[in-house]
Amino acid sequence: MEEGFFAAFLVAIAFACLIIAGKTYDQVMAFHMSIGSLAAAAGAFVIFKHYFDGRAPAPQEVDGKPNYSLGPIKFGAWAAVFWGVAGFTVGLIIALQLAYPVLNLDLPWTSFGRLRPLHTSAVIFAFGGNVLLATSFYVVQRTSRARMPGTIAPWFVILGYNIFIVIAGTGYLLGATQSKEYAEPEWYADLWLTIVWVAYLLVFLGTLWKRKEPHIYVANWFYLAFIVTIALLHITNNLTIPVSVFGTKSYIVWAGVQDAMVQWWYGHNAVGFFLTAGFLAIMYYFVPKRAERPVYSYRLSIVHFWALIFLYIWAGPHHLHYTALPQWASTLGATFSIILWMPSWGGMINGLMTLSGAWDKLRTDPVLRMMVVSIAFYGMSTFEGPLMSLRSVNSLSHYTDWTIGHVHSGALGWVGYISFGALYCLIPWLWNKKQVYSLKLVNWHFWISTIGIVLYICAMWVSGIMQGLMWRAYDQLGFLEYSFIETVEAMHPFYVIRALGGALFVIGSLIMAYNLWMTVRHGEAEEADTVPAGSMAPAE
Amino acid sequence: MADMKTREVDHISGVETTGHEWDGLKELNNPLPKWWLYIFYATIVWAIGYWVVYPAWPLVSGYTSGVLGDSQRANALAAYEAGMAERAQIGEQLINASLEEIQSTQSLMEFAMANGRAAFGDNCAGCHGSGATGAEGYPNLQDDNWIWGGTLEDIHLTLQYGIRSGHDEARFGEMPAFGRDEMLDKEQIAQVANFVASRAGATPDDGADLAAGEQVYVENCAACHGDDLKGMKEVGAPSLMSNNYLYGKSVEAIKAQVTNARNGVMPAWAPRLDPATVKSLAVYVHALGGGE
Repeated sequence: MEEGFFAAFLVAIAFACLIIAGKTYDQVMAFHMSIGSLAAAAGAFVIFKHYFDGRAPAPQEVDGKPNYSLGPIKFGAWAAVFWGVAGFTVGLIIALQLAYPVLNLDLPWTSFGRLRPLHTSAVIFAFGGNVLLATSFYVVQRTSRARMPGTIAPWFVILGYNIFIVIAGTGYLLGATQSKEYAEPEWYADLWLTIVWVAYLLVFLGTLWKRKEPHIYVANWFYLAFIVTIALLHITNNLTIPVSVFGTKSYIVWAGVQDAMVQWWYGHNAVGFFLTAGFLAIMYYFVPKRAERPVYSYRLSIVHFWALIFLYIWAGPHHLHYTALPQWASTLGATFSIILWMPSWGGMINGLMTLSGAWDKLRTDPVLRMMVVSIAFYGMSTFEGPLMSLRSVNSLSHYTDWTIGHVHSGALGWVGYISFGALYCLIPWLWNKKQVYSLKLVNWHFWISTIGIVLYICAMWVSGIMQGLMWRAYDQLGFLEYSFIETVEAMHPFYVIRALGGALFVIGSLIMAYNLWMTVRHGEAEEADTVPAGSMAPAE
Repeated sequence: MADMKTREVDHISGVETTGHEWDGLKELNNPLPKWWLYIFYATIVWAIGYWVVYPAWPLVSGYTSGVLGDSQRANALAAYEAGMAERAQIGEQLINASLEEIQSTQSLMEFAMANGRAAFGDNCAGCHGSGATGAEGYPNLQDDNWIWGGTLEDIHLTLQYGIRSGHDEARFGEMPAFGRDEMLDKEQIAQVANFVASRAGATPDDGADLAAGEQVYVENCAACHGDDLKGMKEVGAPSLMSNNYLYGKSVEAIKAQVTNARNGVMPAWAPRLDPATVKSLAVYVHALGGGE
């Protein structure tokens, strides 16, 4: 039945895309619909082939142990590595463009305005998204002791999501954009993502439904909050009306300051639920697993989970400082950011304190060290964020590089490192290897990229605060002390340092890609009967 | 909370677990850290205090305005009014004074220079450079070479109405495109370019016919640029004896200009900036070092 449903759906999509591709005058639309049509037709072909080959569905259990569905996870893990390296590299290119504008090459496709959303979407949604999909599929199966429902559905989710990434990314380069930050893809890409996301929710819920454990593990609460809230945010912020079914352009139903509020309710909670809740879920599984210690406090996990979920959703208005946003909305949002301080730190405490009794492992295990440093960065950026939301601080930091520094301490330090840590654990587990190919290379990755992060965020802090102070400097007669171009000139050295930091981060990610590839190719195989350091051990 | 029978004590921390286990993962039953909980409460109390004091919660129509009655908008408007009032007096004096009076009165000069410097950075530096040294196509304002005149009055007029700006009062003069419009052929253009280059101190091509070039110059260019090549400010024809050629001084660059004749535009600032600021800019630019 599943096969029939997906085959019919994909055939319908393939035909619909083909018709639109044939009728449109919009070249970008024709290109995207061709991709859609080909991908859907290929998907349908594979389903038919498997059906006529008479393949039996995979058994739910083998020898009394759950027969976990690992294929989509393997794909997602490698997609994350690929998009990660690509996204970091584009980030390095735009950092260099800011320092040396000639690198825009005077071509529309390579201009900063198009590459910047390519960078943000590639690192957040392509790299981060694939890490979240892969780890959530892995964690929910293992902590539920159940195979994911369906044979095609998990593949549909992971492949469908990556098709969305390709459509979104090529759209930016070709100039198709809604011009909403972090929600740039146009209406047809949004619709496709909505379908994929609903399938994701169903697969995740289905696995929980089938679980053989009496309780739901804390990581799964965070994954579920992430999936549900992102669905809500994505739909509300992308309620657009296309000019024509045959064209890329659409208009949002919201207007004026309401549109701005919806956009930053979305934008801030993309940080809150995608980059925080989702990656906290990763932390709650991979840190105790790697440290081989119990989670520090069950009660703390409950209290900080619900507090985080309830409070984060209010905290968007600080993105709209220096706009038409009313003062009351701004103060209300800022107070929720301050209250959010401790709920955010609850995750940090639970992560770090889980290490108690295992701190010595930081000396010998660079993977665990990476994850612990990521928790430290998490603590630092969730401390800084609420302060920056206060109007008095925001009036200095807003529109400056300080924001960029803040974001990257969270993005490179927290999201990046917890993801790298998870990938260093996950890939050996998926391919039944004892350990990652070379811990020495992990160590190199750790130190090179840590130096990179420190260069990056320090440069942006100095540059941002300097920029803010220069903008507000007056002479004795009340005239501005600096013209805009002088502030730009003053930032140049910091832009160069930032690009250097970014280059180190890219080098680190290339070392990781090589190391993970060698793990799969040449890693020492796990002996069949022993229980790997962070896997099997069926719950008694 | 948990199944009592499966609870066990973690031997490293001495803390009891909750008795749950997933894929080998357990949880300790530690209480909430006290410092964490108290700071959490404190932030809530602080937020409630903040809501009482400042505008915070939306109502059906309007919002809670807070006991301080603080309004960002009112504060900003008041600060703006105060700043404008402070400047109004001296701004008035500046508008009424002649340009020469501004230069000779210290208080007016200080104000005009400060105002001019700030306005130059945000309005002029984009083309003329933050050091006012210009770039290709944008005149250097630090030298003695003034296409439309470098006295205070000249600069003020240029600033107010611009050059080829479309403003009714704008300065206007146009160099013909001798090549594009087929007034001269390629050979003649090469000859005249070599002649001009030779007189201006640049290197002409080897074996160039300078006499023929002079002939072309006298017949086509001298009417505006003058027999002595020193230009004519009334029509904005630049001196060709200058070191600062707007579009380059090489034979190739001169050929290009004679062929296609770029005629650059400067915007009119009178419709964009207040009169005191435009006047301040004139004084500032004149003081840069190149004023006549």
